[in-house]
Amino acid sequence: METGVVILIGLFFTVAVYLMLSKQLVRMLLGIAILGNAVNMLIFTNGRLTREVPPLIPEHLYTPEVATANPLPQALVLTAIVISFSFFAFLLVLAFRAYQELGTDEVNEMRIAEPENDQTPPQGY
Amino acid sequence: MAGSSVSVDLSQAMIIGAVPAGDWLVVAPTLITILGGSLCLMLRKNTDLQPRLGIGFLALLVLANLGLLVRVLDQGVITMVMGSWLPPFGIAFTVDALGATLSLIGSVVALCAGIFGAATVSSTGRRYGFYPFLLLLMTGVCGAFITGDIFNLYVWFEVLLISSYGLLVLGNDRIQLDGAVKYGVLNLIGTNLFLIATGLLYGIFGTLNMADLAQKVAALDNPASGTLATVAALYFLAFAMKAAAFPVNFWLPASYHTPNIVVSAVFAGLLTKVGVYALIRVMVLILPASRDYMADVIALVAIVTLMTGALGALAQSEVRRLLGYLVIAGIGAMLAGVAVGSTLAVSGAIFYAVHSIIVMTALYMAAGIMDMMGGSYELRKLGGLYQKSAAFAGVFLVLGFAVSGLPPFSGFWPKVVLVDASFQDGRPWLAAAILVSGFLTTLAIGRVWIFAFWRGGPEGTPDGQSVTVSTGNSVQLSGGAVWLPLGILTALVVYFGLQPEWMLELSTRGASGVIEPLGYLRSVFGGEG
Repeated sequence: METGVVILIGLFFTVAVYLMLSKQLVRMLLGIAILGNAVNMLIFTNGRLTREVPPLIPEHLYTPEVATANPLPQALVLTAIVISFSFFAFLLVLAFRAYQELGTDEVNEMRIAEPENDQTPPQGY
Repeated sequence: MAGSSVSVDLSQAMIIGAVPAGDWLVVAPTLITILGGSLCLMLRKNTDLQPRLGIGFLALLVLANLGLLVRVLDQGVITMVMGSWLPPFGIAFTVDALGATLSLIGSVVALCAGIFGAATVSSTGRRYGFYPFLLLLMTGVCGAFITGDIFNLYVWFEVLLISSYGLLVLGNDRIQLDGAVKYGVLNLIGTNLFLIATGLLYGIFGTLNMADLAQKVAALDNPASGTLATVAALYFLAFAMKAAAFPVNFWLPASYHTPNIVVSAVFAGLLTKVGVYALIRVMVLILPASRDYMADVIALVAIVTLMTGALGALAQSEVRRLLGYLVIAGIGAMLAGVAVGSTLAVSGAIFYAVHSIIVMTALYMAAGIMDMMGGSYELRKLGGLYQKSAAFAGVFLVLGFAVSGLPPFSGFWPKVVLVDASFQDGRPWLAAAILVSGFLTTLAIGRVWIFAFWRGGPEGTPDGQSVTVSTGNSVQLSGGAVWLPLGILTALVVYFGLQPEWMLELSTRGASGVIEPLGYLRSVFGGEG
């Protein structure tokens, strides 16, 4: 099962990098969203994959009876999902505002903060 | 992990005794800033009250951090775990000399920025949340400096990142949106790399506690294996991105000059240094063998970063963008310390970080005052500022000397330490790069001084002739809120330049605490170390 998931993660990373190398801001953002999911799956897989055994402890015991699913990566992934989702939402809004104001989503044309014909510093009085 | 014994008594997994009262200081910085941030957020429409409230909470933060540093120096490393879970189960906050020092200096700078912001942030900016964002940014910064759990470090990074996005777009200019897009996208990719490395590290060791990781890595037969080197390389790339080191530095000059000047000042002072701090923590404390393995690469990155920063600064005619490149040059010097990796070198890097936090914030504030006096950030349009305020010209010269590493100011000593450490390690090129970069920085900053202060007026006016320069926003300059923070920071620069022993000892303590982490481990796991 791990092998399959690992191949899927690799696929996600490939697609994410491909999209992030694009010049369109929207495609870059999609790439970032996919990258976030690839990372989440990576953490999840790293915490070992087990099926159908929830980490529940019977009332009379202190430790689980059988090998159980690892709850920690699930907690980590949950945190990471929330964070990356909120950041993605923020970046979407930011990109939309930037598109409204700058009239382009082509990153090469976004040269307002760093103008293309920047003056060289003065050479003498 | 808790073992298979059925009769579990809680003392094996949890701390039963009460936390000593003084140890609550560990979480005080984050609590104070979260509380202050939320309070300011609730009162965000009351723009008159906000600065007082914000400055009050920031002053409280300075006091808390001061108390924390005193306690750490007094008692050694302090650990506090969340929910009383014994390490490595719970999230641990571990404060050593390194974290406490940077946290204190960071909060001093934030306090200065809060005071400066009272005079320079408009009431619109306040209503959109300058003070809440500043306080929450400090939550992230202090949290990152005091956490002892690497996933928690990621969370604090995100806290400071989202607050910095808020500060960056405050004002909603076109130029800011452009800068924020680049800053946002690249920093998010950086944090994702950080998360990948953390996931892999968890997969290998099954723990995320820094002390536990350091122990387990040190116990390996082959700590420089390829897997760990991959993790280390990912961490290095991620934190280099945060710190704006050479190949991944381009987002910084694209975005740091766009927001309100006080926001630029805080960013330039704090954010990149958090990246350097994380780099020291991870590469030196957790993965020392991989650091040795990668030392040549780090040294190369440091040299190129030093040169990029200095040469980039020489090529700018806009003061804020010039300062952005100087931030990058400083990062190169700190990376040089990480590359060498001896106690001397790391202590140099820590001292340099402290110096850079203070001096970069002060320089951006000074740039803001130059704009208020001369009405522009362009070197061509500035001039004659010496006639307006000779004292300010002197202050700028002091800060310029400090950032170039000239004596007798705070930049000199860390550079001496770093150059010495590079020679001891047999890396003369690294030492040469530090010195050449300092020389080029002197040229760049000297040019700013000559053009903005020394000559009579802006370009086109005859030299030496007294010209009425455009008055700019000189009305605001009357308030002490502008001069006080700059004065405090300049006084610190001079103090650390004339009395470096105290800071040298502190940074040496911080460095040896990271390189020989016995005290760190003992604090987390108790006596057996």
